[in-house]
Amino acid sequence: MNTFTYARATDVADAVRQGGEVNAKYLGGGTNLVDLMRETLERPSALVDVTGLSSAITEREDGGILIGAAAKNTAVAEHRVIRTRYPLLARAILAGASGQIRNMATVGGNLLQRTRCTYFYDDDGSRCNKRDPGQGCDAIEGFNRIHAILGASPSCVATHPSDMCVALAALDALVHVTCSQGQRIIAFADLHRLPGDHPEIETTLRPGELVTAVELRFLPFAQHSIYRKVRDRASYAFALISVAAAMELDNGTVTNVRLALGGVAHKPWRALKLEASLKGQPATEKNFLAAADEELADAKPLAHNKFKVELAKRTILAVLAELAGDLS
Amino acid sequence: MPININGISIELPSDTRVSLLDLLRDHLDLAGTKKGCNQGACGACTVLVDGERVLSCLALAVQYEGRSVTTIEGLSAEGMLHPLQRAFIEHDGFQCGYCTPGQICSAVGMLGEAKRGLPSHVTGDLADGSIMLTRDELCERMSGNLCRCGAYNGIVDAIAEFAEAAQ
Repeated sequence: MNTFTYARATDVADAVRQGGEVNAKYLGGGTNLVDLMRETLERPSALVDVTGLSSAITEREDGGILIGAAAKNTAVAEHRVIRTRYPLLARAILAGASGQIRNMATVGGNLLQRTRCTYFYDDDGSRCNKRDPGQGCDAIEGFNRIHAILGASPSCVATHPSDMCVALAALDALVHVTCSQGQRIIAFADLHRLPGDHPEIETTLRPGELVTAVELRFLPFAQHSIYRKVRDRASYAFALISVAAAMELDNGTVTNVRLALGGVAHKPWRALKLEASLKGQPATEKNFLAAADEELADAKPLAHNKFKVELAKRTILAVLAELAGDLS
Repeated sequence: MPININGISIELPSDTRVSLLDLLRDHLDLAGTKKGCNQGACGACTVLVDGERVLSCLALAVQYEGRSVTTIEGLSAEGMLHPLQRAFIEHDGFQCGYCTPGQICSAVGMLGEAKRGLPSHVTGDLADGSIMLTRDELCERMSGNLCRCGAYNGIVDAIAEFAEAAQ
């Protein structure tokens, strides 16, 4: 690990002032960043601890919820209103990591987790465009069982590891950010990037920009929602496939549906084609499967992850069938 | 501001790179807390910070300035084993013992979480504020602590017995 300075930010203005310095990094719980620093994949010269900034979870007058970026993952999953109005979010968080890590990890840090691609971590032995831009990608021809099937590029086939973010993608959350030039709000779908030619650039955040809060918009039908995670172990493992979904029916017809996939792409994958295909249609297994087929029509599996295409379809079908069963 | 370890105030090292785990083991000779994977995968380094279980390997000591840390050494009072330590002995909740301090600190933190109604991945009704600590619940909540000897049955029995007695 390289040497670095450490300071606690006293408020948002202080944080962005310090975080705007060259090679400074914001520090949340550290559950990802400390590990990456130990692996020398991250080498910040200054850490700005932002865990003392807002961790408040507050209900807004418009029915939405504002979650301070320093809120611990445990606190979000535990919050009574989130558990009842946005169960897919509580479920997604509880499906991720371990009790110890959820107690440490912040919401802001969860958004900015880096991939768990083994080639990215293998600094000495493997080529990785995300780690060393232009070097090449050893995952594409390597052991790529855990890698992407959607939205990948010839530069990178890594996946985004977060469970929480899959639920936030389905909820169309808003991400509040601040830098020395001012504040802005980013739609969740626009926060993370697909790899393209620059997999080293993972988000649309500007240098020094700080995530201050995540806003959940009022979405009454989200109270009927599910997060299902398929993984190699029963607990404490990253997703092979995960599905976050909420659905609303009227007389057996789908009036509203939100669905996002995890474990399939460089970013949480909002299934817009599936949603468009289902809206206004009868909530039948045949229609669920047709919509899943449509969403995954562009899937480009690699040598070892062809199973993910079928697994994604089956998990989508199971989740939508369960939601329809709950609603009918 | 110092850090409090098992009730004793300690000055933090000047090197910001020192993890909480290395502070405990190498600087303070509190070798009860174990270094397993040193990357957040095994749970052997679990300690309690202000009563919450955390992984000391993924924590920089400097982040915990002003906080109170309890390690396995701090759980036993005046040479008397903590009742959960006695339950582990009673139920053969270990073989080599390397994961045991982490298992015990994790279980103490976990029981506090369950008591205040924190749901888990296997909790049926999220709206229900109280948790029945079934074997499934217990196993899911302890999944961040690996035991490579495979003493899981004894570990689960020990924690279940302690949880029941504590109620």
